[in-house]
Amino acid sequence: MTSPKELRAQGATPMVEMNNISISFGGIKAVDDVSVDLYPGEVVGLLGHNGAGKSTLIKVLSGAYKMDSGEIRINGNKVEITNPRDARAHNIETIYQTLALADNLDAASNLFLGREIVTGTGLVNDAAMEAECRKIMGRLNPNFRKFNEPVSALSGGQRQSVAIARAVYFNAKILIMDEPTAALGPHETQMVAELIQQLKAQGIGIFLIDHDVHAVMKLCDRASVMKNGQLVGTVDIDDVTDDDLLSMIILGKKPGEAAA
Amino acid sequence: MTDTTSQPITPQTKRNFFQQLELDVRLLGMIGAFIILCIGFNLVTDGRFLTPRNIFNLTIQTVSVAIMASGMVFVIVTRHIDLSVGALLATCSAIMAMTQTEFVPHVLGLGLNHPITWIVAVAVGLAAGTLIGAFHGWMVGYLTIPAFIVTLGGFLVWRNVAWYMTDGQTIGPLDSTFLMFGGTNGTLGTSLSWVLGLGATGLALLTLWNSRRAKLAHEFPVKPLWAEGVMAAIISAAILGLVAVLNAYEIPTARLKRMFEDRGEVMPEGLTMGYGLPISVLILIAVAVVMTVVARRTRLGRYIFATGGNPDAAELSGINTRLLTVKIFAIMGFLCALSAVVASARLANHSNDIGTLDELRVIAAAVIGGTALSGGFGTIYGAILGALIMQSLQSGMAMVGVDAPFQNIVVGTVLVAAVFIDIVYRKRVGAK
Ligand SMILES: Nc1ncnc2c1ncn2[C@@H]1O[C@H](COP(=O)(O)OP(=O)(O)O)[C@@H](O)[C@H]1O
Ligand SMILES: [Mg+2]
Repeated sequence: MTSPKELRAQGATPMVEMNNISISFGGIKAVDDVSVDLYPGEVVGLLGHNGAGKSTLIKVLSGAYKMDSGEIRINGNKVEITNPRDARAHNIETIYQTLALADNLDAASNLFLGREIVTGTGLVNDAAMEAECRKIMGRLNPNFRKFNEPVSALSGGQRQSVAIARAVYFNAKILIMDEPTAALGPHETQMVAELIQQLKAQGIGIFLIDHDVHAVMKLCDRASVMKNGQLVGTVDIDDVTDDDLLSMIILGKKPGEAAA
Repeated sequence: MTDTTSQPITPQTKRNFFQQLELDVRLLGMIGAFIILCIGFNLVTDGRFLTPRNIFNLTIQTVSVAIMASGMVFVIVTRHIDLSVGALLATCSAIMAMTQTEFVPHVLGLGLNHPITWIVAVAVGLAAGTLIGAFHGWMVGYLTIPAFIVTLGGFLVWRNVAWYMTDGQTIGPLDSTFLMFGGTNGTLGTSLSWVLGLGATGLALLTLWNSRRAKLAHEFPVKPLWAEGVMAAIISAAILGLVAVLNAYEIPTARLKRMFEDRGEVMPEGLTMGYGLPISVLILIAVAVVMTVVARRTRLGRYIFATGGNPDAAELSGINTRLLTVKIFAIMGFLCALSAVVASARLANHSNDIGTLDELRVIAAAVIGGTALSGGFGTIYGAILGALIMQSLQSGMAMVGVDAPFQNIVVGTVLVAAVFIDIVYRKRVGAK
């Protein structure tokens, strides 16, 4: 398989292009003219301080927010994503920072929320959904047992694994992970890292928002850094050091660039 | 993504009797409270409370509020409220009363008690209720006006639309077929009631059996067989017991004589006949079954509970929560209209104050029945049981001779106390 780096060098069409995206909330520009792209099998890290606009940017792609201006292209074609259903129709799956779980429902109901398995008569097939849920959780989190309890009864890590399961179950081509390891311990974090590598090997493109610069250095092909809603720059991970990334985040300038 | 190893099933730990039955403790508490209430009133009234006659009356008095309470569950589960149900019931009742006393007989010129009258009246009433409800839902969902305000406005508007339509007059007598929905004027008789009771028992047992088979097919844990047996016995006894009691309430001889005379026959000497299941109670049972299926087994129901649990998550899962709000209020409106059929038929006319204070009874029934105002939790059977408890309390106190003001003081106190006990209970078991 051609690596994402080679694809880029060949000038291939990215699977996702977000061009000149802007969105503001009550006069505050949360995202200001930001452009990022993503190739198959590539992991692009999104970095920046809290409030830099990372979550807002990816929520435009996942259909949670409507952008004020800009365009989104999937495989070169301009698309309109006005709600989460549109995004799902383009095989874009999202793990939200807030996890977006309905606390009163069990793991299987959350996994299939909006895409329930139904019986011939159109009724939801809870038994089939629970069986599928057991299968995927068996892979992602073999210690998971609480299938018949509302997810409010789960630990932070267990909840996170339900959110991850939901994103990977439906054969995503484009995966958005907004701080997927925030609630996880070291062992579980390691499992997510392995999962990301597996998915990447299957040709899935991933936007990964993560505060841990070392993790980004290890998992990502490229990193885009944001500050105050603007894009500081996008760099190839092979060309930079941890310190370069940190200074981009803190100072808001690309390595080698004169201070703004 | 190709690995298909299943999760091992958690080994069953030792569990107590009630846990093995997998009965909801909250439901047991409510049933317990209800039984204590009934036995208490029965003792104080020297056995007058638990007579077939009183139980019959209790069930037909509960129907109207219980039907609306099942809809209120959906409204409250999604963190809304509907303060307009009593007023909407009045408007639907007024529309149906005018349809059967003015529109069909005089405008269409079909005269009084035409066979088609009740169909037209009920259809018009249900359509009006559904549309008005949908309109409320549209204002809440799409215009984002809080449901409290929309339905507070609706409370004033619809109460007075009903008044305006009827000039505040009592409209009646209503169509004779229509009256069959009220209770005493429309019962199935003993034989048909037994047939239906047995049929319902069979269906309930079949449902139990099927759900056990579905679980076994997926190798999920199931209750021990004896526990299923106990559940089956309880359900059968409840259904058949209700039928037996309603059958035991005999139609008064004078009334029976009149019924025979109306048909141009002479009543055989010494004949007795039981009322059996009232049609209105059948309607309530049908509503309960349909609403329970909607809540548990349809996407609509799943989305209602998901939205109640976390509106953002529902939205992000691609659920159109605005349209969902319209549907929920439309269902509420439909059920208000259905209650209006039962309530006006029971009174045999439309009165200007029909449904007054029903919004409070309905909300109280849903809340006593375990629907959480913070959203996401509630059951249809709980709300119906809540309505039954409230009605029993009210009728029981009336029978004992408690003064009217004290009756309402007690009902109000019970509501607050029930919610407090619920809060304490939820904290204890760690549920939200
Ligand atoms: N729904 C919203 N309404 C108003 N302001 C918002 C909303 N979402 C995000 N913002 C604002 O946009 C900015 C960027 O936030 P966010 O994208 O969450 O940052 P990050 O994910 O990088 O920490 C912040 O100033 C935040 O307060
Ligand atoms: Mg964020």
